Amino acid sequence: MTGLEAVLLTIITAATPLLLAAVGELVTERSGVLNLGVEGMMIIGAVSGFAAAYTFGSAVAGVAAAIVMGIGVALLFAYLTQTLVTNQVATGLALTLFGLGLSGLIGENFTGLPLPDSAKLDNVHIPVLTDIPLVGPVVFGQDPLVYASVAITVLVAWTLARTRIGLVIRATGGNHHSAHALGYRVIAVRYACIAFGGACSGLAGGYLSLIYTPQWIENMTAGRGWIALALVVFSTWAPRRVAIGAYLFGTVWIMGLWAQGVGIAIPPQLLSSLPYLATIAALVLISGNRLLTRKNTPACLGLPFVPDR
Amino acid sequence: MKLLFEQRAQPSRVMTVVSPLLAVLLMVVVGAIMFAARGVDPWRGLYVYFIEPVASLWSIEELIVKATPLVLIGVGLAVCFRANVWNIGAEGQLTLGAIAGAAIPILAGQWQSPLVLPLMMLLGMAGGVAWASIPALLRNRFGANEILTSLMLVYVAQLLLDWLVRGPWRDPEGYNFPESVDMTGWQLLPTLGYSRVHLGGAFAVLAVLVLFLFMARTLKGFEIEVSGAAPRASGFGGFSRPRTVWFCLALSGGLAGLAGISEIAGPVGQLQPVISPGYGFTAIIVAFLGRLNPLGVLFAGIVLAISYLGGEGAQIELGLSDKTAQVFQGTLLFFILASDTLIRYRVRVQRGTRTAEAGR
Repeated sequence: MTGLEAVLLTIITAATPLLLAAVGELVTERSGVLNLGVEGMMIIGAVSGFAAAYTFGSAVAGVAAAIVMGIGVALLFAYLTQTLVTNQVATGLALTLFGLGLSGLIGENFTGLPLPDSAKLDNVHIPVLTDIPLVGPVVFGQDPLVYASVAITVLVAWTLARTRIGLVIRATGGNHHSAHALGYRVIAVRYACIAFGGACSGLAGGYLSLIYTPQWIENMTAGRGWIALALVVFSTWAPRRVAIGAYLFGTVWIMGLWAQGVGIAIPPQLLSSLPYLATIAALVLISGNRLLTRKNTPACLGLPFVPDR
Repeated sequence: MKLLFEQRAQPSRVMTVVSPLLAVLLMVVVGAIMFAARGVDPWRGLYVYFIEPVASLWSIEELIVKATPLVLIGVGLAVCFRANVWNIGAEGQLTLGAIAGAAIPILAGQWQSPLVLPLMMLLGMAGGVAWASIPALLRNRFGANEILTSLMLVYVAQLLLDWLVRGPWRDPEGYNFPESVDMTGWQLLPTLGYSRVHLGGAFAVLAVLVLFLFMARTLKGFEIEVSGAAPRASGFGGFSRPRTVWFCLALSGGLAGLAGISEIAGPVGQLQPVISPGYGFTAIIVAFLGRLNPLGVLFAGIVLAISYLGGEGAQIELGLSDKTAQVFQGTLLFFILASDTLIRYRVRVQRGTRTAEAGR
């Protein structure tokens, strides 16, 4: 494996959790709900994914647990914000604080344990194709979840732009009163979109603890959930640009690690802070451009909806 | 059977007081269930967790020490959240306050004079204000979301602190531990007798009183209130939104900075890689439990301080995880938000099925 191959591979693995979480949150936000609990859902996904994979010795169990638990805590958020009409910002923060705490409690007995071999997800190997130099391992030799993340992104882009379901989701986010008047069940649509976001965030967390660093470390999401939220803004709510943004941020994340490895005389803390600084820079860049941000911003983002009867 | 939520014509005054109490009660119930699930006698668990922290003089002192930063930060955040300015980076502003304030004892350790402490406090506040000004500037100038920018700056601040205590600010005689020199003499906050209760507690009470009067009695307080509750009306009234954003972030940042340097010049005593068990984030819960009211924050800060102390007690006496406290705190915030629904909505139980309803 050449150096360039290695760098490309690590960039993709660093980008995948960001992409998964961001594309899920994008759907949630397109339906008009701002869920700031991405970090919390992710860390719950990470801990439950690892716990299940370790306990049952199966990667499939891990991935399933990550998704199910992601949906579980997302539904908690949905119940509060949609049924009890609580403030979405505050509830999202609560979800993050709760998730970080609960994950620590669940993960206590799993800290530092290695994942058994039977629970590891192997990279795909297609004879001939994977053996092509450079292109082979990067395009045909990733782990299955990388392909899943790309497939989900394409599916979301297509669904939002081309299907009736997508139209209903966008209508709900764009003007919930009109959507309600047309007979769509705003609350139900939002429940579903929140659950989808939870599934993606959970999977993103599972990716971290099963593949990226195959072990459970407390607070291992390290702000990735928040960066995913920023990516949604950065993408101006367009799935295609979420993917571009995720790979860009994956690159930034790896650049820091790579520079440390090469031994460039920059404090490692400065390099570690690069993704966070880049996030701020990206937000500033995109927010300054009113035209781009206005185009797709769901008009009802974060607003409560109570159907009048 | 179905639960229906009917909007009240006016927010319920009774529920405004009842809802936080209900939230705490629900948390206690969940706590009992959690203890039982972990094989601990629920009564003993609740006693250790919620009664012991207020049962002895020593623990009450410790409670005040823990409540001090929570109240200082929480009261600033309460004003912020009232204005719909979402500063969630108080943990970073606390860190910067600690760094800025500790600069004097670390860089000019020989200088011992009554001036040192006030200067440290001022610098600490300035550090917090400066760090909070970044999201304010980015919000006003570029429209960047302050939730995300203020949070990102938490990570940056913590990494900066980490670099300082491992690099340039490490105590040269500290056997290579990642710590700064200890604060001594005039660099330390005066304490109450021989206890760990320090002057920061007085700062917290003062901040609560000042901000209570400020919000209740001054035009600026009214401006903040309106800016959050009715942004359009506030614009028509000639109140400037950017100014409110500046003011709120600077205020909460300054208080968080003061909390940070008070920890360093008080119970912590030096700069370390980690100087706070997440006070900046827990203070968000404090602000909400206090109903975003400065006086309420004072009580809420004590409740959350109990959860920290109870968590430590439960760890030592019952062998429970130190993570229990964080789970309690997160659960509490959920319950607070859910209970607040009762202020705006009346809950009615509807019997019968959907078809019966349609047939009417």
